Amino acid sequence: MDYLDALSMHASRLWEGLLLTLQLTIVSGILAFIVAVVLGLMAGSTKKLLRFPARIIVEFFRGTSLLVQLMWLFYVLPLFGPSLDAMLVGIFALTLNYGAYGAEAVRASMTSVPQSQWEATIALSMSWQHKIRRVIFPQAWALMLPSLTNLWVHLLKGSSIVYIIGMSEFTFELLQLRRTTDWFFALAVVGLVVYFLIALALTQLMRLLEVRAKHRLGRGPSLKEILSPMPPKPSVADETPKPHVTGGSR
Amino acid sequence: MTIFAMLTSKVTGTVDTPDIDDTTSFWRWDFAWEVLPEMLRSFIQVTLLVTVVGTLIAVVLGLAIAILIRVLPRPLAWFITWVANFIRMTPIVVQLLVVFYGFVWMEPMTIALLVYGVHYSTYMSEVYRAGIDSVPTGQWEATTALSMPATRVWSRVIIPQALRSTVPSLGNYAISMFKDTPFLIAISVMEMVTTALEIGGFTYRYIETITIAGLIFLVASYLTAVLVNRLEKRLAYKH
Repeated sequence: MDYLDALSMHASRLWEGLLLTLQLTIVSGILAFIVAVVLGLMAGSTKKLLRFPARIIVEFFRGTSLLVQLMWLFYVLPLFGPSLDAMLVGIFALTLNYGAYGAEAVRASMTSVPQSQWEATIALSMSWQHKIRRVIFPQAWALMLPSLTNLWVHLLKGSSIVYIIGMSEFTFELLQLRRTTDWFFALAVVGLVVYFLIALALTQLMRLLEVRAKHRLGRGPSLKEILSPMPPKPSVADETPKPHVTGGSR
Repeated sequence: MTIFAMLTSKVTGTVDTPDIDDTTSFWRWDFAWEVLPEMLRSFIQVTLLVTVVGTLIAVVLGLAIAILIRVLPRPLAWFITWVANFIRMTPIVVQLLVVFYGFVWMEPMTIALLVYGVHYSTYMSEVYRAGIDSVPTGQWEATTALSMPATRVWSRVIIPQALRSTVPSLGNYAISMFKDTPFLIAISVMEMVTTALEIGGFTYRYIETITIAGLIFLVASYLTAVLVNRLEKRLAYKH
């Protein structure tokens, strides 16, 4: 079995490439989320002084392509600024690009929190921090999770281009594997399947977060109930208070 | 000497020393002007072509996938759904490389059109699916009541209603396909950003070319977004 031989020969390098891809995905994913929340809050603000710069930053990083940003940070930034190593360039570009997309998701989900919730926080004269942290964000969080999941998968897929600036991440190692085996095994079987499995794992993880977020808002079962091997207790559904059960049957 | 002459001189072997004496100035307008035509040429010949043809393929194929998933028997529909999921959840760069090394007899440009079209068709099929789902059940029931043939149901009743709500999302995917075209560097198609790097390799000046590439992307995607917005407003139902 040549394939297995080649695979075992390349295993350690493939594993390192995979770890690099995962690092890029997770580190830039978390940083992009922070960028997205900050920019999203700014873009959703009523103050022009905050909204305007945020809009410009978001539109700029959404409008110019990821690869252009990578190249710019890699080739042009050293001309007048610090010359970053490839890893930092990769993380920066992925963070800024997907952070800008995420900012739109954050802003949109904040605005879809019902108006009455916003009004209630004013009526209770909550401070801005208190209002966002305790009332608006938990509700927006449940709404924004599906789009954040999509963006995270996009980020994972986008990270496959950073080998162009000389990083030996997973796609690079796949191309090395192709030299000793063939395209079908290296790229189609190993490459696509591994990327697919990572993406699947990410989406499942985010789905769990979504379940938790919804449960904390009083909608849907808790994580424990979903993950436990025991069949769901029938009484749980009856115990949870049903919101707005008014009027006749539907 | 023009950049084009420089690029062709690579082939003929008559390399003049490019005008790179002036390394002190940060941004050179004359150089920017000189490279602009070459950048625009690759923008129109590759980036725009791939986006337009890729979008056309994706729009048609996506609709076909969405309808097939609705029409075919359960196991087949399930199979198509997972193939589409697989394509959607794996990087387009690796897909490009798979076709590039697997089908060596294919022109890189054909590969580009095909891969971008198929990859984005899986996104667009989701948009269509949502559009089809949003057609009220009453419409389906009415077609049954009128005992319409299936082809007529789709072509005259369901699709016209489903399409209206899908236009903005389809437009957004077209824009994101446009911004994904630089990934063609992986299969060495001379796309705009690749051209920018190539020119940089000759002249050791990257700042003008890469910045211009970014600006062209910014302007073009902004204009497309405005166009999509207009189309969305025109297609919206008037209440």
